[in-house]
Amino acid sequence: MRYIPNSTEERREMLRDLGLGSTGELFDSIPSDIILRAPLKTPAALSEIELLARFESLAAHNAAARRPSFLGAGAYSHYAPTIIDSLIQRSEFFTAYTPYQPEISQGTLQAIFEFQTLVCQLTGMDVANASMYDGSTAMAEAVLMAERVTRRRRVLVSDAVHPEYMHVTETYVAHAGIELLRAGFDEATGQMRLDENVALDKSVAAVVVQSPNFFGCVEDIKALAERVHAVGALLVVVITESMSFGLLRSPGSCGADIVVAEGQSFGVPLSFGGPYVGLFATRDQYARQLPGRLVGIAHDKEGRRGFVLTLATREQHIRREKATSNICTNEGLIALAATIYMTTMGKQGLQDVAMQCAQKAAYARRQIAALEGFSIPYSAPIFNEFVVHAPVAAADLLRRLASQRNITGGLALSRYFPDRPNDFLVCVTETNPRSEIDALVAGLKE
Amino acid sequence: MDKATPHITQNEALIFERSQTGRKGYMLPALDVEETPLDELLPPELRRDDQLEGVPELSEVDVVRHFTRISTWNYNIDLGMYPLGSCTMKYNSRLNEKVARIPGFANLHPLAPEEDAQGALEVMYELQQHLSEITGLPAISLQPAAGAHGEMTGVMMIRAFLDARDGVGEDDKPRRNVMLIPDSAHGTNPASAHLSGFTVKTIRSTSEGLTDLEHLRELCASGDVAGLMLTNPNTVGIFERNIREICRHIHDAGGLVYMDGANMNALVGVARPGDMGVDVIHLNLHKTFSTPHGGGGPGSGPCCCTSELEPFLPVPRVARQGESFRFVYDRPQSIGRVKAFYGNFGMHLRALSYILTHGNEGLREATEAAVLNARFIAHGLADTFDKPFDSPPMHEVLFTDKRQSRKGVHTLDIAKRLIDYGFHPMTIYFPLIVQGAMLIEPTESVGRQELQQFVDAMKEITREALEDPDTVLNAPHTTRIGRLDEATAARKPILRWKPDEKAANA
Repeated sequence: MRYIPNSTEERREMLRDLGLGSTGELFDSIPSDIILRAPLKTPAALSEIELLARFESLAAHNAAARRPSFLGAGAYSHYAPTIIDSLIQRSEFFTAYTPYQPEISQGTLQAIFEFQTLVCQLTGMDVANASMYDGSTAMAEAVLMAERVTRRRRVLVSDAVHPEYMHVTETYVAHAGIELLRAGFDEATGQMRLDENVALDKSVAAVVVQSPNFFGCVEDIKALAERVHAVGALLVVVITESMSFGLLRSPGSCGADIVVAEGQSFGVPLSFGGPYVGLFATRDQYARQLPGRLVGIAHDKEGRRGFVLTLATREQHIRREKATSNICTNEGLIALAATIYMTTMGKQGLQDVAMQCAQKAAYARRQIAALEGFSIPYSAPIFNEFVVHAPVAAADLLRRLASQRNITGGLALSRYFPDRPNDFLVCVTETNPRSEIDALVAGLKE
Repeated sequence: MDKATPHITQNEALIFERSQTGRKGYMLPALDVEETPLDELLPPELRRDDQLEGVPELSEVDVVRHFTRISTWNYNIDLGMYPLGSCTMKYNSRLNEKVARIPGFANLHPLAPEEDAQGALEVMYELQQHLSEITGLPAISLQPAAGAHGEMTGVMMIRAFLDARDGVGEDDKPRRNVMLIPDSAHGTNPASAHLSGFTVKTIRSTSEGLTDLEHLRELCASGDVAGLMLTNPNTVGIFERNIREICRHIHDAGGLVYMDGANMNALVGVARPGDMGVDVIHLNLHKTFSTPHGGGGPGSGPCCCTSELEPFLPVPRVARQGESFRFVYDRPQSIGRVKAFYGNFGMHLRALSYILTHGNEGLREATEAAVLNARFIAHGLADTFDKPFDSPPMHEVLFTDKRQSRKGVHTLDIAKRLIDYGFHPMTIYFPLIVQGAMLIEPTESVGRQELQQFVDAMKEITREALEDPDTVLNAPHTTRIGRLDEATAARKPILRWKPDEKAANA
């Protein structure tokens, strides 16, 4: 096997030097009745040529990867500058371990510190951690954290949160003694509603709202924050489309207490749903309740600045069952990709991309709204996603668009909401030229 | 010893300190649709009004130089041996990276119609089949994103299984609530058990470094045992030879056995957890199956279980129907989702590539070579360091600083001095049950010359500890910064850059 440096002959010599007669003796401490006698029934080795041919042939069966797409709903097609992938493929980044030995891990540590700072700048928050698995698990951890901070056990979640994020949160809190309550949304605007039907009182630990929400509608975070803070609860803001940070008022400046986001939009390939990266930020006073790793500044004896993993007394390897979370490995390399994206686009580029997304989505929305039989059910402002109500079943319509026009036209909402057969969600980004939008509109018209 | 250097690549500032107003690192196509007036697009009160103050402005060259320079401050596997015990830092092949970047995978949206994503579903299905053969456990979910996430999934499945089998007692409390965990376990084990609603009870280890069967029996007698979380080979690098008896005790007591698969690199192709009596295990694709650690993730922690536990696996499951593949959501007993979409698919691709590149014989060969390398180190250092347990090690070997600490040189000092010899240190102070622990896992990816160099370096450091302890105590000497004051960093945490701190940290 070419990844194993020692040849068969060298290994034989090593065995001899150890006084062992055979390879089998290496495993003498395993009872013989559980030693495998036959080879594994996995395939025989493939050469590099054969292996690549096999994977290319599998990839060819993913037709959806090759056509124009208007899918969003938690994973977004944005352009990733070429330097991101070449930089993260440096051995020094991708083959390094978690930076437990700071003297020889300063590259990783400094990059995480930069990531934490950028996340604070975009969210408008004081402090951010080194990343979570993704946006959905970040939301679940935010709910657990809100319970730790407030010692209250009820959490109110908007119905317009990504359904899969909600499912993940339900799993995470199943044994935490937390009760999840739902808050509906306004049928006309598409925005979360905190009306008299919702028990927002002093028993509530947190209110969780997504903005732009699952239907693409931008929420009024500031108004929500006032209501939530009036009962001493925390406002958790969830963002699945991080590109919106470039245009929308930051959740921090609107009064959010915890902000969690999916960072995939920042230079991370779609890759059929992962690996992505969760952003997690909060206010200074809650820093010691954060889940996950944190990097901070430290100095050596000569006063030189460096970076270390810090506040480890929150974490599982010290606190064991009393830790703030069970997380250990996070999404280091993906956080690095996001960091390189944010710095390459920079202050102006992040705003420019966001503006293009919003402009193109506004154009697409206008064109589709003008089609006979189609309507836009929600009136709230959007960023780059919006719901369309079709005159026919959306799933059939989208299937026809794919087969006849070679366009993935969006997501049929029936996937998550069986009672909404005619609605679909359209997402437009800077990667969709006008010609694709026009082709989508023409296809819908047929 | 003066380590200061005027070399600019060694003094790269923070990206924010490098920013110059007006620099740009990107270009976008011109907007090709009719522009909507800004206020019509979004009312001013919903728009950002801080112009992203503080986010840096850089040219593309600035960005490339910045990240290239700071990258050189990292140790990495491609540079040399990375013998972190229980972390399995093996070679990360470039071929696997290439596979993950094939556009038909990299550009595939997770919500694409299943019929147009058949290749991806087949990859997941095939990986599951192989992992099932390797673990001897028939049912698998690839959804967990890391080892601790897989643990949480497995332990929640045990909770759900027991609740379905036993019902709940008075006050809606589960009848069995105790998760047994050895004192040598990873911290994630108790943390995951706690998140799943269990009370943790600790099992002692024997003087041989094995789970104390007497203590296990005692704890099982209480009647409230839900299960056991066990790492095998355990965290001192020894195979739990009583594993079948341990599993039998737990099963007889009405509980289930969870195995932490962190140390599967000692077992692949040689023995299977399913044959030992284990009910559920997580694998670390970023350890055993060589997906890169990436400086702390992404990982991937598939959860493998018996057919009894299968109904409780997360949704969706991947199923085969004739020649096609589909996701199955209708699983009423499932614990639910643990992550949006289907797991870290990019890691599934790399792991499958690893399995197919090795072939069945290569997988076993890698295990044998990994254990042989650990034995080589155990043998080479046997006369130099104190070994807390006598049993021959599997894929990792545990020593302590007992002899060296008499001269005032401790495990931390030895680890830091190793850096000067060009090695990444071993895992230190873990497992917690052994004072001054040094856990060394060379993996199969090291040749014997480099193993010998490592052994020689460890011996040389021991000699230094006797003759010139200051050199060891003040190590490392060859890095651009020395040991950092972590206590102050934790007491007065600075967790982000702010413009006014620029001058203070120059």
